[in-house]
Amino acid sequence: MAEVELKTSRGTTERVREAENPHSLVAHFGADKPLKLDAGVDLSPFQIAYQTYGTLNAGRTNAILICHALTGDQHVNNVHPLTGKPGWWDIMIGSGKLIDTDRYFVICSNVVGGCMGSTGPSSIDPKTGEPWGLSFPVVTIRDMVRAQAMLIDHLGIDTLFAVVGGSMGGMQVLQWAASYPERMFAALPIACATRHSAQNIAFHEVGRQAVMADPEWRGGRYLVEGTAPRRGLAVARMAAHITYLSDAALHRKFGRKFQDRNSATFSFDADFEVESYLRHQGSSFVERFDANSYLYLTRAMDYFDLAADYDGVLAHAFRGTKTRFCVVSFTSDWLFPTVESRAIVHALNAGSARVSFAEITTDKGHDAFLLDEPELFAIMRGFLGAASAARGLR
Amino acid sequence: MLDRTGAPIINDADFTQNGARVDHLLVAEMVAPGSRVLDVGCGDGELLRLLETRGVDGRGIEISRQGVNLSVAKGLAVVQGDADTDLADYPDNAFDYVIMSQTIQATRHPRVVLEHMLRIGRHGIVSIPNFGHWSIRLGLLFGGRMPRTNNLPNTWYDTQNIHFCTIKDFRDLCEDVGAKMERSVAVNYWGKRLRLPAPWWFWNLFGEQGVFLLSRRD
Repeated sequence: MAEVELKTSRGTTERVREAENPHSLVAHFGADKPLKLDAGVDLSPFQIAYQTYGTLNAGRTNAILICHALTGDQHVNNVHPLTGKPGWWDIMIGSGKLIDTDRYFVICSNVVGGCMGSTGPSSIDPKTGEPWGLSFPVVTIRDMVRAQAMLIDHLGIDTLFAVVGGSMGGMQVLQWAASYPERMFAALPIACATRHSAQNIAFHEVGRQAVMADPEWRGGRYLVEGTAPRRGLAVARMAAHITYLSDAALHRKFGRKFQDRNSATFSFDADFEVESYLRHQGSSFVERFDANSYLYLTRAMDYFDLAADYDGVLAHAFRGTKTRFCVVSFTSDWLFPTVESRAIVHALNAGSARVSFAEITTDKGHDAFLLDEPELFAIMRGFLGAASAARGLR
Repeated sequence: MLDRTGAPIINDADFTQNGARVDHLLVAEMVAPGSRVLDVGCGDGELLRLLETRGVDGRGIEISRQGVNLSVAKGLAVVQGDADTDLADYPDNAFDYVIMSQTIQATRHPRVVLEHMLRIGRHGIVSIPNFGHWSIRLGLLFGGRMPRTNNLPNTWYDTQNIHFCTIKDFRDLCEDVGAKMERSVAVNYWGKRLRLPAPWWFWNLFGEQGVFLLSRRD
């Protein structure tokens, strides 16, 4: 890959390096294996960065694919190379944990369009030698799943034991179930929907406009021009982060408490703890995430409408499927409310699929799937345990 | 069946030697092997599991998450939901049998639920606690209070069973919704079925539970 001189700060340099030569495994797909995108173009060559945990059994039947959410990545169960923080689903995955890496071979790949080593807008376009920026083709959830299927081929796995994910990861699980039903035994979509609602598209548009309104964004050419749209991306993250929580959770955590002061300062400082918290969320996010990737991945979620690919009838997406499903929602999730999960269940029932569904009572909002939520763990443990017995796994 | 908190509504102590509940066995023998079954109010999934051992392709609906968790851990396909609101989402003729085992009396609209059952399934199987049983009649007549029995242990104000009926009442409802009773079995106090070809008044007096196999009268 061509080395380019980029006028960037140290943090950005690390991110750019991570996009090209990530701290993880990388599958390279050459000119003979293009990724055929929904946008009607081929992405080639391209690469998928991924991590694996545990050991693939002799029968190659114990692989679980984890699909990450919008701002997640493949570092699901190891220290993150940029932030130094533990893997984003350490609580769920590991030796002796619910998704037990002593039993299962766990795979997680960075989505195409991402910024942690899979080809995306911050990767170098081989034709120009410069980062793709906005000349990167728009990708969809289906494109992400196509790339994952190519990775699974690359790993020599025919059928996954399970595909698991929350939020945008859950969308990928549903797309997997529709596109490759014969290649997965079980599906666990959490806190997601088969299409993005108008309200969610609206939230995303606010975030994108915040990025694009930052003068440092430079029409998406900030990496080439040595700038960084930190403020815009931070505002986008702040706005989005509110939607991942809930009124009750914010109130419980922060209430109207002041930050390091006893009374209001009659200024626009971060007087309230909740303001300080959001500012921190925004500023730490820009250290690890690429602004253009944020545009592309939010767009991919906006475009997701599984039924549209099946004449508007969602049930047709799952007709005749042998996959067993466990759909989970959270009572306080206002980004992907339970009614969206019920629509999935409804369609699966209409397709005679083997589906279970549980609505977890929690005030932690959409992000509950990332947290220590005992009821979530209970249903997942039961489902995966019974499925692995049915699959004949030890 | 379990209530919304996961506590059993029916304290059914009647188990056979192999652990299956008597009313489950009665229901199970009405189901043809290899058929598709929806168990509405499936509780911990024991009836569904019994049916699946007999080659039935089963699905469940259960209102309590504890029940859902227990069922899912048994490998059953069970959806957390409410019979009153969620049956409308199921397509016509999706199942061979729709079962409501000791559940219909806990719904808000038993008639609507029964109509949905017969729309979704070619057959319905309903078991009910019979409020016409002699012990309940005597309890009300001499005690002057809403009866409480081993099978129906809760007080009137905390019972989940909000629509009690007698076997005769249920027969009338079936008439009204155009359901044909293909088979009827009453079970006495000891969990034994009343075998004699007895008149309805006898069943209504001595049956503690009624189990009915229904079909649409097309």
